[in-house]
Amino acid sequence: MSDFPRWKYALVALVMLFGIIYALPNAFPPVPAVQVTANRDAPPINQAVQQKVEAALTAKKIAVTDVFVEGDHLLATFANSDVQKSGADEIKAALGDGYTVAFKLQSNVPGWLGAIGARSMPLGLDLQGGVHFLMQVDQKDAIEKQENSYADDIRSLLRDKNIRYESVTRSAASGQGIAVILRSDADRKTASDAIANEYTDLNVADGASTGDRFVLNVVIKPEKLRELSRSAITQNLGTLRNRINALGVSEPLIQQQGDSRIVVELAGVQDPTEAKKLIGAVATLQYRPGIGQPGDARAVEAARTGNIPPDANLYYMRGDNRPVLVSKQIIVTGNQLVDASSGIDQQSGTPKVDVTLNAAGAKKMGDFTNANVGKPMAVLYVEQVYETKVIDGKEVRVPKVTETVINDATIQSPFSKQFQTTGLGSAKEASDLALLLKGGALAAPMDIVEEGVIGASLGQDNIDKGFKAVLLGLTLVLLAAAIYYKLFGLVADIALFFNLVILVAVMSLIGVTLTMPGVAGIVLTLGMAIDANVLICERVREELRNGSSPHASIRAGYEKAWSTILDANVTHLIAALALTTMGTGAIKGFGVTLMIGILTSLFTSVTLTHAFTAAIHGHRKLKTLSV
Amino acid sequence: MEIFNHDSNIHFLGMRKYSIAIAIFLMVASIALIAVKGLNYGMQFNGGVSMVVDYQQSVDIADVRAALDKGGLDHAMVQSLGGTREVSIRLQPKDDPAATDASGKFNLDRISADVIKVLQAARPDAKLKSRDFVTAEVGAELRSDGTVAAVFVILGIMAYLWIRFERRFAIAAVFTEVHDTLVTLGVLALVQREFDMTVLASVLAVIGYSINDKVVVFDRIRELFRLARKAEPEEILNRSINNTLSRTIITSLFTGITMGALYFFGGTAVHGFAITMLIGIVVGTLSSIFVASPILLWLGVSKKDLMPVTKENPELARRP
Repeated sequence: MSDFPRWKYALVALVMLFGIIYALPNAFPPVPAVQVTANRDAPPINQAVQQKVEAALTAKKIAVTDVFVEGDHLLATFANSDVQKSGADEIKAALGDGYTVAFKLQSNVPGWLGAIGARSMPLGLDLQGGVHFLMQVDQKDAIEKQENSYADDIRSLLRDKNIRYESVTRSAASGQGIAVILRSDADRKTASDAIANEYTDLNVADGASTGDRFVLNVVIKPEKLRELSRSAITQNLGTLRNRINALGVSEPLIQQQGDSRIVVELAGVQDPTEAKKLIGAVATLQYRPGIGQPGDARAVEAARTGNIPPDANLYYMRGDNRPVLVSKQIIVTGNQLVDASSGIDQQSGTPKVDVTLNAAGAKKMGDFTNANVGKPMAVLYVEQVYETKVIDGKEVRVPKVTETVINDATIQSPFSKQFQTTGLGSAKEASDLALLLKGGALAAPMDIVEEGVIGASLGQDNIDKGFKAVLLGLTLVLLAAAIYYKLFGLVADIALFFNLVILVAVMSLIGVTLTMPGVAGIVLTLGMAIDANVLICERVREELRNGSSPHASIRAGYEKAWSTILDANVTHLIAALALTTMGTGAIKGFGVTLMIGILTSLFTSVTLTHAFTAAIHGHRKLKTLSV
Repeated sequence: MEIFNHDSNIHFLGMRKYSIAIAIFLMVASIALIAVKGLNYGMQFNGGVSMVVDYQQSVDIADVRAALDKGGLDHAMVQSLGGTREVSIRLQPKDDPAATDASGKFNLDRISADVIKVLQAARPDAKLKSRDFVTAEVGAELRSDGTVAAVFVILGIMAYLWIRFERRFAIAAVFTEVHDTLVTLGVLALVQREFDMTVLASVLAVIGYSINDKVVVFDRIRELFRLARKAEPEEILNRSINNTLSRTIITSLFTGITMGALYFFGGTAVHGFAITMLIGIVVGTLSSIFVASPILLWLGVSKKDLMPVTKENPELARRP
């Protein structure tokens, strides 16, 4: 007699099969590889590049497992990460600046497993090594920028409408709006109406008026401010994604955290400096009218005395540090730039960056160059990085702005949409600049508030230890259960083993990133999963003691234990759910593991053991039970 | 095989005055310990200094750690930066009291100078490459997230038990929950174990474990009340604890074994997690046996609260 329906046997068999297949990819550890992608202006990846890479590696006697072209990139796999590093250096040297060379962990999973969607769990930073950044978006800056642009717009609006004004200035304190000072009350009325009509995102209110100064206070509406903050972070996320993709990191994690933070995790990257330079920098170009040539008498005089003409700024040329005067007027900024690519100027043989502007930028550039042929135009490179300093014992983040003129040349002929910037120091500099410009501008500067580097060796060490702990914990519990509950213990052991397999399968399928806290969660789940079987076994023992027959004891054991198991697991699940939804980082990873583990253990420790028990005992007459 | 006498009839409820007194004492002591000694928050909570040190020749991480230990900076985190000549060192300023001024502020230059001095004493080719603050701002957020999570867990569990069992069970469970969490934190404060993210996760997992443990006993109480013809609450509670005693202890042992494996072989990254969980398992098991049921008794649990509601008989439903 068996009270276990056939379809349940089938279900158990199916789930076990599913677990084995989808957990399997984790048995194939990925191999260290180097990925080469061509930059925009370099010849695409082909056989020739492959031969070049192979030749370079053979020449230096670096053992490479395989070199092959896959889609638009080339992959070279190595036996271990040390060889991988020297291999990457060699490839970089051999191919030059036209290619991005990045570290990658190449999956080693057989094709048929990949075809049915089975893949191995991605490993977290702590198990693989890599860098972690937490970045704070300076939304104040985005708002200030917006206020500045509104101030410009208001000025031109007043000019267009022929309203005489004294000044339009952004308040010194950020977020305080723009003060428009007019000459008469009537002007103020017309101006107020004009601004309110033209810009619906602005609130206009009359301010104090003294004598002939009539103040109009213009502030950005709160909902627009909120939208600005939101879009600042979205734009930064997008920009970061572009820049990091350009780095060639496989599976980067770029995530918004809270209202103003972005988390970036780059697994496999070991040198944070390079990554930091690229993701943290706010670089933009400004095209401005030049005043004289670099190093001419006026500029030298201004640098010496500090007397700078009111409409000009004094900068220095990148490279040779000659002083140069540049007009304050901005023709076009990096925001109006659509595309940028680096290359070598055919005529001079120096590195260049080709720039394409959007329609608005092209019009301004066209107007300016048409009217100013033969006059100089300067290209200003503005880079902003944040530094943390201690001022009066307080940590203060100070933006450090570097402004250098990278090019100041005479306009030969009018141009608008497309043109090139020359005068860059090296091909590397040109490609870096192109990358920064192409990646788009950050809406607001970002500041790295937390930075961590986890060594690859530590990752391997963690994997080994975690594996050992899981294995040892599992073995001990399996042994203890078999000794304490005999045959029922053995069945529980099978269930526990499959719980691990199915847990790993589900985590792999969902794509949960495995971290060290996740491993701890797995171990804890294994320890607690046996609880359901302890409950069942103790119940069966009780029933036997009360004089029930073996079959009745099994049935009553499972029936009575079920409600307890359900209550206990649901409450536990509530706890795990809270960890998953409220927690961040390590806590979240742990919570997800725990939650999946509770669900899989519910199945394995109840249904799976029941199937085995029924299969063993179901069709036999029993006198005793081994429990 | 059986370790526990299945006929055990220890009068746990008889010791309720003592067990509750001890539980309350432990809670008060824990609150006092947390208030006075405080939790030893790790760098994720408190911030600190992060340094990159360059060596001319390759260096072993273990040697760097040994050098720092010798110089009295024994809580520093040392990691290799990919190659063999560069290491990242992170430490909290409190590890280097000399670098903190009277008002508790610390001096980045001073700390990095101290660290590099200590390292150069062991290896003269050590050179400071960069140093930075790691801000604590993040920590405050994590801390409040953790608190929110804990409150949410407790409320969620309370609601579930209220629906599935009865109000008194929910109250008793939450009280013991708070007790278990507080005492676990109290032990951590006492031994001044570093409180980091994994420990926070572990404390939250302790809540899950301990509620699991209590629900099993509660379930048996409900069952026995429903079965018993003449239900003397004290006797029912006592029998429930005794009946589930072997399961309570066996499960603790099994979970304890896995956490022990994690502690001894899982590496330093999960030490905090495993030890916190072990503390929590001991506290949770003891409170399941000695604390949860006496509270139920005091709250006045009785047979009629637990009988399944029969909707068929409207006459019955109308009775008080």
